[in-house]
This record gives sequence, C-alpha cells and structure tokens, in this order.
Amino acid sequence: MSKFIGASVIMFIPWVLLAGSDPSELILGATVAMVIAGIIYRNLDYAFKSGSLAGAIKFLVVYVPVFLWELVKANIDVAFRVLNPRMPINPGFVKIPTGIKGDYGRLALANSITLTPGTLSVDGDENHLYVHWIDVMGESQKERGELVSGPFEDILGGIFK
Amino acid sequence: MIIVSYILMLIGAFFYAIGGLGIYRMPDLFNRAQAGTKATTLGTLSLLLGVGVQQPSWIPKLLLIAVFIAVTNPVGSSTLARAGYHSGVPIYEGTQVDDLKELYKKEDGLDE
Amino acid sequence: MMNAFVFTLVGLGLFFSLLRLLTGPTPFDRVLSLDTMNIIISGSIVLIALIFNNALYLDIAIVYAVLAFLETIVFARYLEGRS
Repeated sequence: MSKFIGASVIMFIPWVLLAGSDPSELILGATVAMVIAGIIYRNLDYAFKSGSLAGAIKFLVVYVPVFLWELVKANIDVAFRVLNPRMPINPGFVKIPTGIKGDYGRLALANSITLTPGTLSVDGDENHLYVHWIDVMGESQKERGELVSGPFEDILGGIFK
Repeated sequence: MIIVSYILMLIGAFFYAIGGLGIYRMPDLFNRAQAGTKATTLGTLSLLLGVGVQQPSWIPKLLLIAVFIAVTNPVGSSTLARAGYHSGVPIYEGTQVDDLKELYKKEDGLDE
Repeated sequence: MMNAFVFTLVGLGLFFSLLRLLTGPTPFDRVLSLDTMNIIISGSIVLIALIFNNALYLDIAIVYAVLAFLETIVFARYLEGRS
C-alpha cells in the first residue's frame, strides 16, 4: 500500500507541473497515475513512510540552498581554472570514507560531490566513494573526506540516515 | 525586470561558453568531465531562471527541466568517467594520487 | 540585440565542444562532448521558446533532455562492455 501511494504521488507531481492545475487535467492525471501505479507497484523498492514527507521538506529547505551556493562557488572556480592560460590543475583520484547508506542518499551525495568545487565522483564501494579531485589537498583519507564531502555528509546524514 | 532576465541569461550563456572551452582545453577525460558538467549545469539553471523571469506562466515546466538536468547531468558524467577508467583511457601525467587502482586490481583479480 | 550576445556565447560553447568531438582522442571524449552539446542545445531550445513566444518548445526541450541522458548512459555502458 505504501509503495502504491509513493508511486502515485511521484507520477502525479510531474503531471501537475507539465499540464497545469486545470480541474479536468488534475482528475485525468490522478486517474492515470493511480492506474499505472496499480500495475507497477509490486516491482518498486521505494516505500512511502511517514517520515518521507518531513524528509522531503528538510531536503528542500536545508539541502537545496547549500547545494546551490556550492554550485555557484564551483563554477567560479572552474571559470578561473579554464580561463587562466597556465591552467593550475593538480588532479588525483582519492578515496574518501562515507557514512551514508541507501541508494537515494548515495545518489544525492554523489551528485553533490560532482557539482561542488573541483570534484567528480567516479565510483564507490560499501563504505567509500572514489572521487576525482582537480586540486588534491590534505594527507590522510579522513582529512580529505572532510574537505570533499564535509558540508553534505551531515545534512544528508540527517535526512536519509 | 527585463534587464534582470537578460543578465541571468547572459550569465547562463557565459557558463556554456566556459563549459565548451573547458571541454576543449583540459588535458584528460576526467578533468574535461569536471569542467563540462559543472559549467553546463549552472548555465542551464541560470538561463532557465532568466526565461522564467520574463514568462512567469512557464515556471512549472522550467522547474521540471531544471530539476531533471540537475539530477541527470552529474549521473551521466560519473557513469562516463567510471566507464572510461574501466577501459583504461590515458590519464594526465600530472595526476598525483590514484586510489582507484587498488579497487580495480582487486576486481580484476577476482575475475581471473 | 541582447539575444545576439546570448546566442554568440551559446554558439562559442557549442563550437569548442564540437572541436573536441572532432579531435577527441578516445571515444569517451567524444561522448562527453556530445553530452555537453546536448545540454547546451536543450538550453537553446528554451531560448527559442522565449523568442518565438511559444510554450510548445518547452515540451521539446524536456524530451530532448530525457533522450540526451539515455544516450549518454547507453553509450557509456556500450563502450565499457566493448573493451
């Protein structure tokens, strides 16, 4: 049942964004979303828990502004590196520890790392992420992990556990 | 209002140009992926915001495009970088550390 | 007038990624520049929607972005499996 509700809501929101809030469109969208959710919900592994809504609000209010600010900083950094004729880069692949489990938390963390200054997540295993860093700093794994994913580790850890 | 919109659109287009230039100038696949992904993501967000300022009734659809691109663009280049490392594309000789090597050595050992 | 400046910068981005597409030493570089070009093109479709004042182009931009993502993933998987 929780899978069914989750799938319907996830299909209904893009429909509202696409088709507008005309009543007939809303009824059609809700009907189609529920029919499709009824067909496919057994094959999903997403469950709509009671904490999901609070998590989504927290995600929007706490995570998104930090993310956008980091994205702007990352782009100014990239612009300076690309426009500088000598191209000051010092790249390397580093291994950083992470405490976040679960697919969605991992996806959010990897995407945040890719869009923050100078880093691109390449691969991961159980407890680590492998990151390409354009300007390697720090010595130990822990120090590097703090520098790369520090601000996001706490926020996402609070949302996805 | 229209001036704000054009400033946002110019910023977006400027970052598109930076992204293209980064793709062209950087020395290896991974550095190129970094420059390309970050610059085009912020470029798209800024450009869509500029369009949304001029046409407020389009904001829901623009929001959908923005969220979609912000989620999928990093996934695409991460997948590409991982595939590239797997099949051994040349890595820039100035690369300092390579922690990834041990992971793949282990995996290759299991395969044999 | 301002549109000309915006499209000049967009065109510069497209031009440099096209150069990388033509010269890229490995297939991965070509796919990466194709991915960048696709994102830039879906942004310019939104600009065209603004200039022609026609919201239908936004739907085209959404579909283009979806197909561009699928294309990148499929190419990455294919090239990874081939070597």
